[in-house]
Amino acid sequence: MMTPTPDYTISLAQAPGLPLRAGLGLKTEHFTQVLETCPDIGFFEVHAENYMVAGGPFHHYLGLIRAQYPLSLHGVGLSIGGEGPLDREHLARLVTLIERYQPQSFSEHLAWSSHGPVFLNDLLPLAYDASTLSRVCDHVDQVQSTLKRPMLLENPSTYLQFQRSTLDETDFIGEIIRRTGCGLLLDINNVYVSCINHQRDPLAYINALPLRAVGEIHLAGFAEDTDSLGDRLLIDDHGAPIDNAVWQLYEQVLTRTGPVATLIERDNHVPAFSVLQAEARQAQWYLSQVAR
Amino acid sequence: MSIQHEFAQALLAPDAVCPEGVFSSNGADPASRFAVYRNNVHSSLNDGLAAAYPVVRRLVGDEFFHAMAGLYVQAYPPTTPLISEYGSSLADFIQGFEPASSVPYLADIARLERLRVRAYHAADRQALDQPSVLQQLQGAEQLGHLRVQLHPSLATLNSPYAIVAVWAAHQTEDAIATLNPWHAQGALVLRQGLAVKVFAIDSGSVIFINRLKQGAGLEAAVANALEASAEFDLHQCLKLLISHDAITHLHLERKVSP
Repeated sequence: MMTPTPDYTISLAQAPGLPLRAGLGLKTEHFTQVLETCPDIGFFEVHAENYMVAGGPFHHYLGLIRAQYPLSLHGVGLSIGGEGPLDREHLARLVTLIERYQPQSFSEHLAWSSHGPVFLNDLLPLAYDASTLSRVCDHVDQVQSTLKRPMLLENPSTYLQFQRSTLDETDFIGEIIRRTGCGLLLDINNVYVSCINHQRDPLAYINALPLRAVGEIHLAGFAEDTDSLGDRLLIDDHGAPIDNAVWQLYEQVLTRTGPVATLIERDNHVPAFSVLQAEARQAQWYLSQVAR
Repeated sequence: MSIQHEFAQALLAPDAVCPEGVFSSNGADPASRFAVYRNNVHSSLNDGLAAAYPVVRRLVGDEFFHAMAGLYVQAYPPTTPLISEYGSSLADFIQGFEPASSVPYLADIARLERLRVRAYHAADRQALDQPSVLQQLQGAEQLGHLRVQLHPSLATLNSPYAIVAVWAAHQTEDAIATLNPWHAQGALVLRQGLAVKVFAIDSGSVIFINRLKQGAGLEAAVANALEASAEFDLHQCLKLLISHDAITHLHLERKVSP
């Protein structure tokens, strides 16, 4: 007898999830300040791989901060789009972390980062065709059944396209969500970066996504370069304040989705905590405008 | 050849090559776009190594370090998504890297810096409080058969160079090294609470601590330490371990039944 695929869409809706507020990426530079000042932040997000260590200060501080704030666990190393099988040891490490910290959300990327034994430490692009689609869906199913919870999948920022692609990125993402019941982590900076790089209309891209599945939004800044034609080439470096164009898209997305847990991401050139707090307040203001 | 295989090979190739089958929608040379991925991979790993080996970087300068790290990344890309573990073999690479041979202690400094990273992330274990360690040591009837369990973060390193002195003198960017690195020194690395600490120790203490870690009883460990160095001072060494919460458990060796 065939076991029906569990419907994670239902559990996603029922899961307590992240608060519909602005959150911040937790940087090690800010551990003690967060504990000493208890800032009014909706949630914190950490990269799962940074906490796959046996002990020491990272676990010490995350444990104390988790006791006071909701937590989003964001993976950057599972290589869900990889051609090879998922790394079972890595999945087991995720299970351990989730059991330890009971995060309100787990998310990963529509990308690959491992090939064979090598880990490339970047989120690399996928060719959008039927075989990639079925492989990614299998991997998402495996993650959700192993972690016994729904995951959010993040739309990528890309710099190149593949001749082999037969599907639009938005259709590809929509189909993964339909088949696996996972949620969408809508990274609006990634949308903007990719759309500028590939001459697409960001709003049309967003409207082509299943916005009902959005479980979290990411906002970040980008760096700017030029390609061989001298055209703008945006680089998703999480190293700058959020651009105005991204804030405007965010405002438009919220009118469609209503309030959504929103993360301010900054991984490079990390500024003072107060600078990140100001961006979180700005996001919180937009959220309050659509509060139901 | 699969798309990802070709992509991965091009990312790690020494020369900038662009994989087949990719394009830019504006008609730009895809190589100029692929360069972003290539740069992301190499610069993130190179920067990660620079952050994990700050004293090695200061000893050779930014330019030399990044050139050396670039060759290391190409020869030994990560094989785990746990980036804090990346670079464990950098010391061995440095050892065989001819252009770095003018700084002969560089590889041992890299070893010391790796022990510090490991100690930082090592498992947590409650130390025995200092009074009860002293009480057990003083009250033990078979002191020589006592086994001493040490904190998981604790490690030692022996070097023909004054690695702890060199390491300590290069804690800031503008350090001026006037010290003499040309004498042997041992290092003890451990985490006390949340802080990783480094101590200079003699060769006898290195042997003593390593023997304890292997499960030897006190008596055997002392004998081995004295064989290595007649100057080994048990009292000083135990004092160092006890005062930095390095002892997690004390128990008697199980006697072998006849």
